[in-house]
This record gives sequence, structure tokens and C-alpha cells, in this order.
Amino acid sequence: MAGFVDRVFLISGGARGLGSAQARDLVAAGAQVVIADLLLDQGHALAAELGAACVFQPLDVTSEAQWAQAVAVAEAIGPLRGLVNNAGVYTPVPLLDTDTAQFERHTRVNQLGTFLGMRAVVPAFERSGGGAIVNMSSTVGLRSAPNAIAYTASKWAVRGMTKAAALELAARNIRVNSVHPGPIDTDMLGVRSAEDNLRRVRQVPMQRMGTKEEIAKLVLFLLSDDSLYMTGSELAIDGGAAL
Amino acid sequence: MARFDHKVFLLSGGARGLGEAQARQLVAEGARVVIGDLLEDRGRKLAAELGPHCVFQPLDVGSESQWSAAVATAEGIGALSGLVNNAGIFEPRPIEESDVAHFERTCRVNQLGTFLGMRAVVGAFERSGGGAIVNISSTAGLRGVPNAIAYTATKWAVRGMTKAAALELAARNIRVNSVHPGPINTDMLVGRPEDAAENERRRLRVPMKRFGEKEEIARLVLFLLSDDSRYMTGSEIAMDGGISL
Repeated sequence: MAGFVDRVFLISGGARGLGSAQARDLVAAGAQVVIADLLLDQGHALAAELGAACVFQPLDVTSEAQWAQAVAVAEAIGPLRGLVNNAGVYTPVPLLDTDTAQFERHTRVNQLGTFLGMRAVVPAFERSGGGAIVNMSSTVGLRSAPNAIAYTASKWAVRGMTKAAALELAARNIRVNSVHPGPIDTDMLGVRSAEDNLRRVRQVPMQRMGTKEEIAKLVLFLLSDDSLYMTGSELAIDGGAAL
Repeated sequence: MARFDHKVFLLSGGARGLGEAQARQLVAEGARVVIGDLLEDRGRKLAAELGPHCVFQPLDVGSESQWSAAVATAEGIGALSGLVNNAGIFEPRPIEESDVAHFERTCRVNQLGTFLGMRAVVGAFERSGGGAIVNISSTAGLRGVPNAIAYTATKWAVRGMTKAAALELAARNIRVNSVHPGPINTDMLVGRPEDAAENERRRLRVPMKRFGEKEEIARLVLFLLSDDSRYMTGSEIAMDGGISL
């Protein structure tokens, strides 16, 4: 796939999980990568492992100033052409047990964080001649799920914001698409018990979890020149879970 | 090693347009391709041009026996790994002018044809250990479109059938996804001179202000046929410059 060499990609939540797999594949494809995360040790270690093509930048996605810094770091390396909004929190709690603090935490990281990221990269993309944004939603942003109302709301928000941004930014050669993973084998699911996770897998038509490597293949497709005519689309990669 | 080495793919509507572009890219990536179509001259010419890894098979997608014959041809070449249901007709007209014959003709090709194709390949896919089906729907299968009620109905049908088939076939390692192209530069869209003004109006309605190219749709289809998308089933993927937003 073309569209990676001599270009810079900014990956929020890049220190582990989905973001780390994307960083690996991007470096392998010839891109320069900025992995941005709150996890300083893990982030530095991954950047060191991936070598000269990868740098780590501390990033709290709820901070405008930190987004501006991350974009500046990326542009200092080369033309910024892609952003992946992976950073997210997931604490499943029944509706009646969900307090305001819980709700707002999901809204700030998953929803505000994604919005701030999109807004932060637009001027840089315009200077580069265009770019691609991939927002990580979820299968529960397509169908709903019980006992995770704050998370579900934030993921539907990401799905909708993706389309709104796609419409506004199309004329500037910036495309925005959302990816909707099903249950993926990462640390994020550690918040649920093993029995809960097993039950969840049995509900997936493909009867297995996905892997972060599989998600990364789709994300790279959406960042590449192979998908230039795609914007505002929502792509489920969930073994059929949303059906 | 090329991405689709030794794998066999069956494409309906393979003689021109979207199907032709897929055939070209698949052959370039090592695949063996059976192009099924009603357009025999064009189909045979394309197969001859693409060389020994491409064969043409006459295929009326509304015929069960012709689907069986096409699948048998494919299996005679090797392990069948994928099917793309491209064949479709588009006869835009207002509701009042949409007579029963037109409605049924559109259903037979776009909807029955897609269903028969999916059903025809299941046995072959099981013998191969699995497979991927890509159904070509449309942005008219995501939104309502005026003056094309029969076409719209069939493209929503394809979207829904894709999900139903995905659920039923997941346990057999068969994935089914739908692709929803926006306006693409093919004969279906830009064929007639009288359509020029309408096509320009349509182009301006696309947020990206351009039509897509069949090669772009083909690259998405190949992604969905490849191992890279093995965790995707039942999904609907728009490639439309934002027109369905």
C-alpha cells in the first residue's frame, strides 16, 4: 500500500494495545511515527524498540496544550498525514451504579479527547496537503450493550463526530473514518472477569476475540492511499458481534 | 509470495466495470480468477488479455444451474477462496414509471442473483476450509435515493442479506461483507451523453467533489477478500467520497 514513506503519523494511546500494533506496522511500512500516551515508561520502551522512525510524546488527550505540543513534535519530523485516536477508557458499570464522575471520565477521554485530536491536526494536515484521521469507536458504538452506558455513549459520539468532521473537512482533502472493534485481546478487557470475557466470546459469531494486529491491518488500510475515496464511513471489525 | 497465490476467486459481473478492475488486480496478485458475465464477447476478450490465470464463464446470475456450473469451473482450477457479487443493473426512473417488469428484472439480477451466488459457493468454501464473500451494494443501500426505487430496494436487500448470511456462515469460516460505492466512473454512471448535466450535478453533491475510480473500489474489495480482514464479517463499508453522509 502506498502513502506511508516520508510521512508522519500520530498515534494516541500508542504505548500499548491497539496503538502499539499500529505503530509497529506503520514503522514496518516506512512511516515516521509519534506514539503519544500517558504511559511514559511503556511509551519510551516501545519507541526505543522501534528505533529511529518512532518517537514517544507524553499526551493527556484531554489537554489542548498537550495536543498542540504533540502535533508540533510530529511536524518537526516531517509532513503530518495521519492521526489515529485510540486513547480510551473502559469501566463497565450498570446504569444505576454509574455516578457523574464515572460518566464524565469516559466523556472526557473518549469523546473530548477524540474531538481535540481532530481539531489539533487540521492545520498541520492543511500544510501537508491532506491527511487521514481514524477514530477508534467500538462494536457497542453500532449496537448497544448493557452495563457500560458511559462507554457506549462515548463510542456512539465518536461514530457521529466522525461523520460530522468528514463532511466539514472533505473540501480540505482530509478524510475521517471510524473503526468499530469487537472484543480484542488487550489489557482493556482486564477490567472484566475471565468468566465475563468467556461469555462475551461465546456471543461472537466467529467465537473468538480479535487481535490488535488484525485491527492494525484495517487502520493502515484507512491511513493509506488505497482508501482515498473513503470518508465518514464506519467499519466494524468484530467477528460479527454487532449483528 | 503474492498475496493471493494459488487462490481461486469467482467474480460475477466480471467482464467490465467494477468486476473487471477486481479481476485485473487479483490476477496481478497471483490469483486465479473466473469472471462470470452475460457479456460473452467482452468477457472472453478480458480473459484472453489477462492470460492463463483468468477464465471466462457465461453467467446469468438469476440461474441456479449457471451458478453451479460457474462454481464447478472454479473448483476445477483450484480451491475456491472468494466470491464477489458485482452483477447489477441500474435503470433510474420515477415510481410512477416503475412497472412490475422493471421491478422484477432489477430484483432478479441484483438481489436474487446475489443470494444465489452466496448459496452456490458455500459447499465449495467448506471444501476449501473457508472463504470470503463481498457483496456490492451502493450508497443507495445506505440512504434513500429518488427515482430509483427498484434499485434502492435491491441494494438495501443486499446490505441486509449480507448480515444474515454473515451470522449463519460464521461458524463455517465464511465471512460476508458489503461494499457501498458512491458514484464511480463506470459505464453504469457516465455512459449516456444526455446524462452529462446530471452527472456534473451529482459530482458537486459529493463532499470530495469527485467520482471514485473502479480501481479504488477494487483495492477495498481485495482487502476484504484477503487474510488481513479475517476478523471482519457482516460489516458494511462505504467508499463514496462522503455522499451518503
